[in-house]
Parts: sequence; structure tokens; C-alpha cells
Amino acid sequence: MASHESTFRPGSRFGKWLDERLPIPRLMHGQFVDFPTPRNLNYLWTVGGILTFFLVSQIVTGIVLAMHYAPTAAGAFDSVEHIRRDVNYGWLIRNLHAVGASMFFFAVYIHIARGLYYGSYKAPREVLWILGVVIFLLMMATAFMGYSLPWGQMSLWGVTVITNLFSSIDSIVPGLGTRIVQWLWGGYSVSGATLNRFFSLHYLLPFVIAGVVGLHIWALHVVGQNNPTGLEIKTASDSVPMAPYAVMKDAFGLSVFMVIFLWFVFFLPDALGHPDNYIEANPLSTPPHIVPEWYFLPFYAILRAIPSKLLGVVAMFSSIILLCFVPWLDTSRVRSSKYRPVYKWFFWLLVISVVALGYLGSKPAEGVYIAWARIFTVYYFLHFLVIMPVVGVLETPAKLPKSITEAVLGKGGGAHAAGAAAAPERR
Amino acid sequence: MNISSKARRLTAALVVAGAAATGGAVWAAGGGDQQITHVKWSFGGLRGTFDNAQLQRGFRVYTEVCSRCHGLKRLAFRNLVEEGGPEFPEAAVKSLAATYQVDAAPDEDGKVKKRPAILSDYMPSPYKNEQEARASQNGALPPDLSLITKARGIESNAAFYMFPVNFLRDMVTGYQEAGSDYLYSFLVGYKDPPPGVQVGDFMNYNVAFPGNQTAMPNPFAGGDGLVKYDDNTPATVDNYAKDVTAFLSWVGDPRLEERKRIGFLAMLYLLVTVVLLGLAKRRVWKNIPH
Repeated sequence: MASHESTFRPGSRFGKWLDERLPIPRLMHGQFVDFPTPRNLNYLWTVGGILTFFLVSQIVTGIVLAMHYAPTAAGAFDSVEHIRRDVNYGWLIRNLHAVGASMFFFAVYIHIARGLYYGSYKAPREVLWILGVVIFLLMMATAFMGYSLPWGQMSLWGVTVITNLFSSIDSIVPGLGTRIVQWLWGGYSVSGATLNRFFSLHYLLPFVIAGVVGLHIWALHVVGQNNPTGLEIKTASDSVPMAPYAVMKDAFGLSVFMVIFLWFVFFLPDALGHPDNYIEANPLSTPPHIVPEWYFLPFYAILRAIPSKLLGVVAMFSSIILLCFVPWLDTSRVRSSKYRPVYKWFFWLLVISVVALGYLGSKPAEGVYIAWARIFTVYYFLHFLVIMPVVGVLETPAKLPKSITEAVLGKGGGAHAAGAAAAPERR
Repeated sequence: MNISSKARRLTAALVVAGAAATGGAVWAAGGGDQQITHVKWSFGGLRGTFDNAQLQRGFRVYTEVCSRCHGLKRLAFRNLVEEGGPEFPEAAVKSLAATYQVDAAPDEDGKVKKRPAILSDYMPSPYKNEQEARASQNGALPPDLSLITKARGIESNAAFYMFPVNFLRDMVTGYQEAGSDYLYSFLVGYKDPPPGVQVGDFMNYNVAFPGNQTAMPNPFAGGDGLVKYDDNTPATVDNYAKDVTAFLSWVGDPRLEERKRIGFLAMLYLLVTVVLLGLAKRRVWKNIPH
């Protein structure tokens, strides 16, 4: 798929000279200009570009924030207030970064759900999918450490709760968990030493993410994009060149997403955060409810749904690692849920479960909340471990169209439409 | 996707937005045993701005009442002059600052003397340290008020299915004054305890405070007329509470006006961009069924 005929012609003498020595323009042209993209992609496929935008935006705003931020227990909170109050447009940079993190996760959840619905993980896209899970894990680590940096009450106590999870290893190897936790903290409690190392890692990890995103895009361009039909590109009429078609669609999708993003940045900068993080970190005062950022809530709910601490930690981490095995857990021969009349319903049950777990994660772990969290946790694992393999075997898929072109134009296609579609890039 | 399905989706989106907007009239009851009143703040919503006169009155309430126990360490005297705040005349703030004593730089002998404050100084706190504060307040610590409206919220006890509705309503209306609503409700929330409720030693009954018992006594126990107002605003407890809450909301978010002003322009710019990109995308895909 990636080996399409290149239309690249160097325009200048320098261009020709460079093309014979380091053909970067040829590579970029081949991958981002005349790269064939399925003609039937819907707007869910613009989220990949949106995620790339947020990675760059987070890195740029983060570097500017780091110029004014002090990663010390005594200075962190004050320096964030200094940014909010005194740095020129500091409030804007800080809001872009804080809200940007939430939007990054909002987009990545849409991206993951899209992949699950249309079977984008199925052969030959297993490596592409696993790289995506790796990016997701790196994002979670980065966001978790980033949330510690303002050094408010939720920063301190969120870090305390989550790092303490490692102490559950004590129940297997006595003493080991405690040692790991102290090693993470750099002391006997969450302190300035912890904050400083988290800042260092928070600055490092985004560049690791950028590297893995490079691999993710590379893998994508080797196997080609999936699409709503789940069929591969077979003939020229199935695809359109990336520029201007996919590029224009991506640009429009991004601009709409920017409306939501900037709406929060300018009008609701604190709506996605917790008021307690405007209280300076105080190791002597524990907040009544310690909750993580909203995008961690489903996993937090899974953690708390299990009565044993160790098993809760295991369940939480497995709920993400499990995603790596999805390509082999799904036994269906059909990729897209569009043609899977039974599995389609289970997919929406999974979405409901994850949203419900998110809601329950924000509530105190007691009574009816914990009961429901257990039900939805069971469904989460049941979905991947039982329903995916079993439904894939038992279900009779709907009749697939012969090709992407047929799916778009209907059987045979109108004479006019077929003509238009035969070689859409040549007009 | 054909035109009619696009139109249908757009209609559905508008219905949701409309429901969210009209839902704004019906406020969900604020948190558990907390009674919260929602105030129509001048700085609320998408285009709100601070009322200079109200912030000036609020500053007076703060200095005459709250400042005896509560610091405001993130407020510099210069902020009182800056745009988007109370905007006091510079000369007035200079002479006000001079009435406060702050530590001077160490002299040649290493002695630290006092000097009158200047514009770049921050508001001195009423106590030297936490221990002194607690010692004078029966063990309770009066928090610094610089971020008090940002650091408070309203616990929602609405049913789970109302959560998306409330969130959408707050999102569309740009509701971000939960902390201010809480603070106002707290300041006017001192009531006699209902029969049978035992109030602890050094504690006070308050209908807005979580758990209803707070160590802070009613700051406006003196009643109407406690603080004199220069303008025609009635000097009532209700106005004291509103004005000082507005003032503290500004201290917590001094760039609010600039933020909303730029936000409005950014939205206009984006709207044009979205329309142009939408039209361009349509033009590019015109002859390609997809």
C-alpha cells in the first residue's frame, strides 16, 4: 500500500541535488501528499491528526511553562501562581497546557474506541495497534506526573495514593514493595525530591512519546489506513491521495475540535480540574475525597472495585495491558462492526461500562457505588476475554460489499459516479 | 454522507444544546446538607466583567472585617491599581500601602527594621506564622484568601443521569462561579442550629459549610451598617457578602477580564476559520462520492 507510484518531481536545481543525496522531500511527498487514503473515511479518522496537534501543542506550551516553573516543594505552587498572575499571557499558556492534557485524552479515547469499533487492530495492523497501547501508557505516565507539578492538595495526595500502590507487592515479597515506593519517592514520604524527579521525567517522556508516535505513523503507512468498511484498498478508485482530500478533511475536523478546546481554555479553564488543587500541598491534611484527573477515573474505579489491594492493582494494570492482546482475542473474520450485527451491541455495552466506571470512580468507594463498579469491571474483562472470542466464532456477519468503491456507490455504481471515481486524483 | 443526514445530525446537536441551555433555569440543589444560593455575578458567564465599584467596596469589607484573621498574600498593592480589578487611583493606593509596615532589607549591622509598604509589596499577613494564627484562634487556622473562590466548589448530589445534562448546561453557559456561589452562601449561612443539633465548643452553625459546623464565627454578626459604604449601595450584610466575594473572586482570578475578552475574539476567529475550511473541504470533495 505504501509502495504507490511517486508523483514527486523536484522543482528546483537544489531540489534535484538534494533528492540524489538525502531524499527527505521525496519521502514526505510520498507519505503525506500522494499517499493513498481510503475515500470513505469518516470524521472519526481526523482524530489521528488532532492527536498529533495536541502532542506538539503540549510540548511547546510545556517548554514555555518550564521557563517560569520551579520544581521545588517550597516554590512550585507559588511559581504556578506567578505564571497565572504575572507572566505575560502566562494564564493562557497554563490553561492551554492544563486543558490540552484533558483534550489529548478525550481525543485518544475517541481514537481507541474508533479502532475497536472498526477492527483497526486486526491483521495486518497488530503492531500498529500495540504501538498505540504503548503511547497510551506513556501518555498516562506523563499526565500523572504532570498533575503532580502544581503541588496542590490533589497533586500531593494523588501521587501518594498511586505510588503507594506499589507497596502491595509487599504481600508477595515482604519489604520489596516498600523499598520500591521509597525508591520512587526518594525518601520516606512524597516530598520535594519526588516532585523534582517527576518534573524531570515529565519533561523527558513527551519526547519518548513523539518517538513512538513516529513508529506508529510508520507502521500505519506500511499497512495503510483501515476504513469504515474494514476492506483493504484494492483498486485505484478505492482511494484518494492524502493531499488535498484527507488533508482538507483533517483540517476541518481539527478546526471544529479547536472550538471545544479553546472554549474550555478561555471560558472554563478549571471545569476539568479539582478545586482542591488550588490549595497548597499539605502533608498534614488529607482531603476527604482523593480523586485523580477525570481521564483516569475508569481505571481508578476498577482498582477500588477489587477488595484486595494487590489484586486491585493487578486488575487496573491488566485492564490496559489486555488491549495488547485484542488482535488475537477477536476471532471474527470481519473487521468492521458495521457488518457485525451481534458484536456491535456488545461494543456499545463496553462504551457504557467504561463511561459508568468513570462516573463511579469519581464517587466515594462505598455502598451502591462499589457494587456497580464491580458489575461494570466484570463486564469490562468479560468483554475482551469471553465475548470477543466467542461472538467472533458464533456470529454470522452481514454481507460485505465487494470493495470500498461499491460500498460508496452502491452495487455497480451509477455510470456518472463510476466515471468520477475511476481516477479521482486526475481531474 | 448525504445532505439530509447532515441536517438531521445538526438538528440533533442543536436540540441537545438547547436543552442544556434551558435546563439552566432549573438549578440542581447544591450538595447534600449544604444550602447554596446561586448569585447573578457581574463577572459570570461568557462575557462577564468585574464591577470596579463592587470590588472597591469588597476591598473595604476585606480590610475592615476579614483581614483581622485572614491574609491575602498573593495580592500586591500594585494589583489594586491594575486594569481589570478595582482600579483604585494610584495615589490612593500608594498612601494606603504606606499605612502598612513591612520588613526592610537588612541594614549594615544585619538588623531588620520595618519600613512603610510600597506598590510592589504584597499584603502583609495578620499573623507571623501558622502557630501564632492557631494560638489566637482556639487551634483553628484561618486560611489565606488569595485563592479561596478557586479552591472551593459545590458538591453535586444530582442523580447520575443528570450529570451529563448539568455538565453540558455549565459548559454552554460558561458557569465557573461555583466557588463564588459557595463563599457567598457561606458568609450569609450563619443561622441558629435546628432543634436537637449540638454545636461543638468554639464551633458555629452554618447551612452552607460541609458538615454545618465551622470554627469561623459569623464575620458580619454586627449586622447591617457594620461597614460604611461611600456610594449609594445599601450597607447590608447581604451586600457585604456579595461585594467581598466579588473582590476575592478577582484576587483569585485577576486575568479574568483579559481571558474572556480574548476568548470572545478567538471564538469569532475560529468560527470564520471553521466555515472557510468547511467550504474548502466541500469544494475539494465535490465530485467524489464518499
